[in-house]
Amino acid sequence: MLEKKAAPMPPATQIRAKNSKKLRDDALYGWLFASPWVIGLLVFFAVPLISSLYFSFTTYSILQPGEFVGFRNYAELMSDSVFWKSFSNTIYFVVFFVPLSIFFGVALAMLLNMNVRGMSIYRTIFFLPTLVPAVAMAVLWMWLLNPGFGLVNGMLDVIGIQGPAWLGSETWSKPSLILMSLWGIGQSVVIYLAGLNDISQDYYEAGDIDGASWFHKMKSITLPLLTPVIFFNLVMGIIGAFQQFTLPYTMTGGRGTPADSMKFYVMYLYDNGFKFFKMGYASAMAWILFIIVMALTALIFYNSKKWVHYQGE
Amino acid sequence: MTAKTSKNMKKYVVQIFLLIASVFFLAPFIWMVSTSLKTLDQVYTFPPEWIPSPFVWQNYVDAMDYIPFFTYLKNTVLITGFSTLGVVLTCPLVAYSIAKLNWKGRDSIFFITIAVMMIPGQVTMIPLFLLFEKLNWIGTALPLVIPAFFGVPFYIFLLRQFFLGLPNELKDAARIDGAGEFRTYWQIMLPLAKSAVLSVGLFQFMAAWTDFMGPLLYLTEPGSYTLSLGLQQFQSQKGTQWGLMMAVSTMMTLPIILLFFFLQKTFIQGITFSGIKG
Repeated sequence: MLEKKAAPMPPATQIRAKNSKKLRDDALYGWLFASPWVIGLLVFFAVPLISSLYFSFTTYSILQPGEFVGFRNYAELMSDSVFWKSFSNTIYFVVFFVPLSIFFGVALAMLLNMNVRGMSIYRTIFFLPTLVPAVAMAVLWMWLLNPGFGLVNGMLDVIGIQGPAWLGSETWSKPSLILMSLWGIGQSVVIYLAGLNDISQDYYEAGDIDGASWFHKMKSITLPLLTPVIFFNLVMGIIGAFQQFTLPYTMTGGRGTPADSMKFYVMYLYDNGFKFFKMGYASAMAWILFIIVMALTALIFYNSKKWVHYQGE
Repeated sequence: MTAKTSKNMKKYVVQIFLLIASVFFLAPFIWMVSTSLKTLDQVYTFPPEWIPSPFVWQNYVDAMDYIPFFTYLKNTVLITGFSTLGVVLTCPLVAYSIAKLNWKGRDSIFFITIAVMMIPGQVTMIPLFLLFEKLNWIGTALPLVIPAFFGVPFYIFLLRQFFLGLPNELKDAARIDGAGEFRTYWQIMLPLAKSAVLSVGLFQFMAAWTDFMGPLLYLTEPGSYTLSLGLQQFQSQKGTQWGLMMAVSTMMTLPIILLFFFLQKTFIQGITFSGIKG
């Protein structure tokens, strides 16, 4: 309807003069089509973001209105030993899981991209674990890794190795979690595959003409041109790894045992917000997490100029 | 060695690597299915047995009595269905606007969209919980469904990349023929982005189907639980009902596996990163 109400048309020459250099302006429909997201950004992101910053300076909880306490929540966190424990557990997970997931993700995607027979079946197999509900996955692995009757130690037993207590051991609980999480990298494999699909065949043809070997092509064509996707998965992987929650939560019934070795940052945040109803305290935790993630992302962005290559450059 | 045999060699080596990896990815899954067909006694046999003898289908029947399976299934289907609908209605429209229409501010909106992807969900979790509390939505599925209708940054990003790769000629031709903006989008551009919309829809479908934290926060009434939450009920003081739990897990997983197997080609074509720089 708005379309019909447009002002009388100016003479054609005038339009041409106005639009000859500039592209047509779609302001009305542009905003109209984007409007759900603009509202979504405000309601589900901007306002909550600011309120959570405000809450982090208060003792707010659902039960009490709370009062403004300045930086007290932050100061308390600095001397909260569980906070530091959950923080170091999370860093441990990020440091080991993210590089491993990129290495295996890229390797699998490259193997899959080689046009081998049974490609679609392999693709489904690698993707399968991401389709298993996290709770089921947690329970499944708890049991595979059961020291007494689990499959993994059963297998190790066959080759004469006495397996560790895995999830029951303070030392082995996090490596177990990393192993389990690697089982679920199918989604990033799919994204790498899509990235490999995007690489123009021209590069490989040029490589063939120059007589480049498979290894050489991988090193000089595939990997460099995959860097934008690796970059994307690195950033998203770090953000995701910092938010580790469902697996350790369901495996330990929310307790993070043994001895807090499975207490992750977001689990402790959840405890504070929704078990102890210390929502101000939890909001302060959320903002610390946010700042760490932002700083890391900024660092990677800054650094990416050195190693991320775009096609056609 | 001739070029051909060396090529064959390479194929074999790749196959061997893929097979080894497959074992790692497949074994836990097969274990899940095999357990769903075992009695509790069989479950605790050591060394573990891969093939249940005899096959016990009873777990599937019992699991449906142990938890209100069909109520949970209905809740899961409704939440998954509506949130996927919301995503495929809104995200392509927004992405199209950012990729193909010229308006002041679209670059800023795109930049903000990327930035928003970096916000850990926990930062907005508490204020959103309080918002939904004020709206009296806690205990209902609304917090898990309604936001999907307002767009999800990752999906908007993926769809925008896809739209960028489509030629402008068709859009311009439709306009010259006098099609309105919405018709140009709905009848010309959207059908061209089918594979990308499908990928995004599948991503959302899987995320909602297996989501745990969302239902844990918002579905406080047992009658509104999803299967993901219901699975937890097989772990009790008395110990875990392995067979039953694995039966439900198998039932939850199989439909998506079939979906993925048949749609995978379109799914992967729909994801494009060219022009990632924006």
